[in-house]
Amino acid sequence: MNARQMRYGPLPVERVDVAVIGGGVVGAAVARALAGHELSVALVEARCDVGDGTSKANTAILHTGFDATPGTLESRLVRRGCELLAEYAGATGIPVERTGAVLVAWTDEELAALPGLAAKAVKNGYERCEIIGAEEVYRQVPALAPGALGGLTVPDESIICPWTTTLAFATEALSRGAYVLLNTRVEGVESGGDGDTVLRTGRGTLRAGWVVNAAGLGSDVIDGLFGHRRFTVTPRRGELFVFDKQARPMVNRIVLPVPSSRGKGVLVSPTIYGNVMLGPTAEDRDDRTDTSTSEHGFDFLLEKGRKLMPALLDEEVTASYAGLRAATEHGDYQVHLDAGQRYLVLGGIRSTGLTSAMALAEHTLGLLGDAGLRLDAKATLPDPPRMPNIGEAFPRPYQRADLIAEDPAYGTAVCFCERVTEGEIRDALASPIPPADVDGLRRRTRALMGRCQGFFCGAEVEKRLRAGESQ
Amino acid sequence: MSGTGSMTENVLLETPDVAVIGGGPSGLTAARELAAGGLDVLVLDRERQAGGIPRHSDHTGYGVRDLHRVMTGPAYARLLVERALEAGARVRTSAMVTGWSGERALDVTTPEGRVRVDARAVVLATGARERPRTARLVPGDRPPGVMNTGQLQNLVHLHHREVGTRAVIVGAELVSWSAALTLREAGCRTVLMTTEQPHAESYAAFSVPGRAVLRVPVATRTRVVRIIGHHAVEAVEVEDLATGTRRTVPCDTVIFTGDWIPDHELARAAGLDMDPGSKGPLVDNALRTSRPGVFAVGNLIHPVDTADIAALDGRHVARHVRDYLAGALPYGPGIPLRAEAPFTWVSPGLIRPGAGTPPRERILLWSAEPRLVARVEVTQDGRRIARRTLPWPVSPGRVFRVPSSMLSGADPHGGPITIALA
Ligand SMILES: Cc1cc2nc3c(=O)[nH]c(=O)nc-3n(C[C@H](O)[C@H](O)[C@H](O)COP(=O)(O)OP(=O)(O)OC[C@H]3O[C@@H](n4cnc5c(N)ncnc54)[C@H](O)[C@@H]3O)c2cc1C
Ligand SMILES: Cc1cc2nc3c(=O)[nH]c(=O)nc-3n(C[C@H](O)[C@H](O)[C@H](O)COP(=O)(O)OP(=O)(O)OC[C@H]3O[C@@H](n4cnc5c(N)ncnc54)[C@H](O)[C@@H]3O)c2cc1C
Repeated sequence: MNARQMRYGPLPVERVDVAVIGGGVVGAAVARALAGHELSVALVEARCDVGDGTSKANTAILHTGFDATPGTLESRLVRRGCELLAEYAGATGIPVERTGAVLVAWTDEELAALPGLAAKAVKNGYERCEIIGAEEVYRQVPALAPGALGGLTVPDESIICPWTTTLAFATEALSRGAYVLLNTRVEGVESGGDGDTVLRTGRGTLRAGWVVNAAGLGSDVIDGLFGHRRFTVTPRRGELFVFDKQARPMVNRIVLPVPSSRGKGVLVSPTIYGNVMLGPTAEDRDDRTDTSTSEHGFDFLLEKGRKLMPALLDEEVTASYAGLRAATEHGDYQVHLDAGQRYLVLGGIRSTGLTSAMALAEHTLGLLGDAGLRLDAKATLPDPPRMPNIGEAFPRPYQRADLIAEDPAYGTAVCFCERVTEGEIRDALASPIPPADVDGLRRRTRALMGRCQGFFCGAEVEKRLRAGESQ
Repeated sequence: MSGTGSMTENVLLETPDVAVIGGGPSGLTAARELAAGGLDVLVLDRERQAGGIPRHSDHTGYGVRDLHRVMTGPAYARLLVERALEAGARVRTSAMVTGWSGERALDVTTPEGRVRVDARAVVLATGARERPRTARLVPGDRPPGVMNTGQLQNLVHLHHREVGTRAVIVGAELVSWSAALTLREAGCRTVLMTTEQPHAESYAAFSVPGRAVLRVPVATRTRVVRIIGHHAVEAVEVEDLATGTRRTVPCDTVIFTGDWIPDHELARAAGLDMDPGSKGPLVDNALRTSRPGVFAVGNLIHPVDTADIAALDGRHVARHVRDYLAGALPYGPGIPLRAEAPFTWVSPGLIRPGAGTPPRERILLWSAEPRLVARVEVTQDGRRIARRTLPWPVSPGRVFRVPSSMLSGADPHGGPITIALA
């Protein structure tokens, strides 16, 4: 299937064995896992790109799950997902860096909570946390504001590229023969007789033997179309600042707050692209599409930043954005199977779905298999995709004399701030799931996400995108 | 040794006398002067064409003080390139300096390969850019159609693209009027110019055509507090700073102008002493940075002045580069130069007795607030060393110049010198 068929015109298929609704990180991981079997699979996504919802706007941490609620499905799947994704990242070149984290206590109360957190980590199957004194906290993070009383280390917390992760899953699903249907919103659900479900979409109908609902913020709506009222999604907005790369030497590991009932709280973290991130906020909202940033959010982050690491605020803010967590009234993931309907929902994947996605996919195979879906592993599978390195942990193309010698396009910088070359932009435009717009190109290459925000190269990058589209 | 590179482990080696990073007005002028004196000079510019900002600043007003004529930006850029080449400088484009591999050695990415440039002296001339919306912390939606003047002029003048039909310009200084001209040329009406200042600043060359022909409504003492529009800009919210009232101004394009920051990445990567005010590298009257043999010129050290002034920095620095290469005396101690509010920066930030006058015998300052009458006072160690009322006003959005002769009474062994408005 070509890039046009992915996004436009009538659907290229009438019936599939399994339809996965939602091309976020969870849906893409599920589609990839299913497509490893003798099944026809479709990934059905409303937007023009995969990973264009919550999966593109998070804090991009590969969690160990040390602070999950023990005994929950989330705890188990985060732990397992972390292992699976770390391994997959190695195989496919998804940028990942094991920076480690330190949780910092600023009050006596928080200090007193550390041993409990360490014990909870053990219950979650994570045994490498260590309580450290204030002196060691400052040795690890010298730029921290004065007043830290102690900390807890989590040496295996890592940072990862969320964009490449989703894209790798979807690309591999595609190479394993799945249909990736973008710009395809599911608007209605009907019973097709013979146990099949008919999905009504903006591009026509799709018949499916089984349906997996991984629609993120829309997962309760789809669940409703199947006649259930099990949970309601409340979008919980998280706003973030990304600071200039000049700030990166200040922060070489993730600095976490002691968690509260409102969630994980505001952290300071290096990003895989060499920046520093501050956030997120946590604010319940009504509008599931409103990812705008706000004055009060910015004020809150600035105040937090001043308290945590005042020197950070001397650097420029390169970007700000907001993501919406799919929070529900329940404390755990909402995973429900309805064997009669041949339907599974993976909802309420609130703030850990990037980490747990592959484990959710594994769990999905187990549930569907138990419910009667025949799962015969394909005898041969294509190699996993090799993803372009857009992280800073390994040499980028502009630094590689060997690559440039073979192909001068890797020696021609187009986006200067992020050092993205002509070759990388060309490759992204020619990739199996090419970008649909400037934002998509940004997620695939980092072009335009730097400190000048297009002052120098905005026009040039747009030109290349248009040239790529018209081919 | 000069010219053609040799190869080691896939990396090409260049060993010019002087490497100039940045082929804008300041870098090209420095290169011409140095090459004319017989040195092997290599200019490195990351763009496909040298010339810097004037390449896409397609209006007149360039070349006045350096070339004593008035020309358009693109013509000026071409001329500066020609003059540098004529004098024997080598100008290498699509050559992005990505870091340092030694005190005066650079890592460069080019289509021909990774290059190591091992120079005897380095001139940093990387210019400045406007702060984007993100750095100004303007919240709201994040649609396309929000950009700086740099991107606007690239789109319109180099790529002949259309922009919207109704624009709001944030800022009302020299560059803002340049943006308004470009918008007009692209068929886009400027429905509002907003500035936090009590007056709109404008460039002498534009003030008449600017106000009269462009007929741009200017809202003084206002700021843009939000951008609205999911897939395209629909409006901005504008706050009146005096009353706090807010209104929505429909538009499809927002241009953030001015609010300059030097492109200082390489200066910081070298660990040079930085000027906290301008955020450029700290330089002395000879435009020397804190690393011997590394100099800085142009808008990198005064964000932002006109192109001719940047070019004249280039002329000024050439003599000092030559002195350095000839083994001139090591640095003596310098006297820090400071500026009091409303000034936000002063350039140079260091006066080194015996190093001669600064470029054009002027100290450059930037002010956050206007003053109709500029009564300037220079003090050192609690002692007033000069006081003068200068015949030009202090205006935000344009450089304020103080004759360096006002510093001549300073004690070469004394403490910091302060420039203030009385
Ligand atoms: C601020 C913030 C910080 C976070 N930090 C982390 C972190 O550090 N580590 C971590 O592991 N997780 C983190 N998360 C959580 C993580 O981002 C999410 O759990 C994960 O992205 C959820 O993926 P998803 O595929 O379920 O949802 P989404 O990415 O939202 O994907 C759902 C997709 O379904 C599509 N869809 C919806 N309705 C329909 C329909 N009717 N038809 C077709 N398609 C439809 C949507 O367009 C969307 O693309 C964070 C989240 C937020 C908001
Ligand atoms: C919209 C606008 C209108 C203007 N109008 C006027 C006017 O009418 N008259 C006037 O006199 N002035 C005007 N100016 C100001 C003038 O353009 C600048 O003063 C002048 O360009 C500054 O010269 P410069 O050499 O310091 O820097 P720049 O012109 O900015 O040149 C810097 C160069 O360095 C290169 N560079 C940066 N980093 C690297 C790197 N790492 N590796 C390689 N190369 C690098 C860049 O590609 C660029 O070419 C205007 C400016 C703007 C933005």
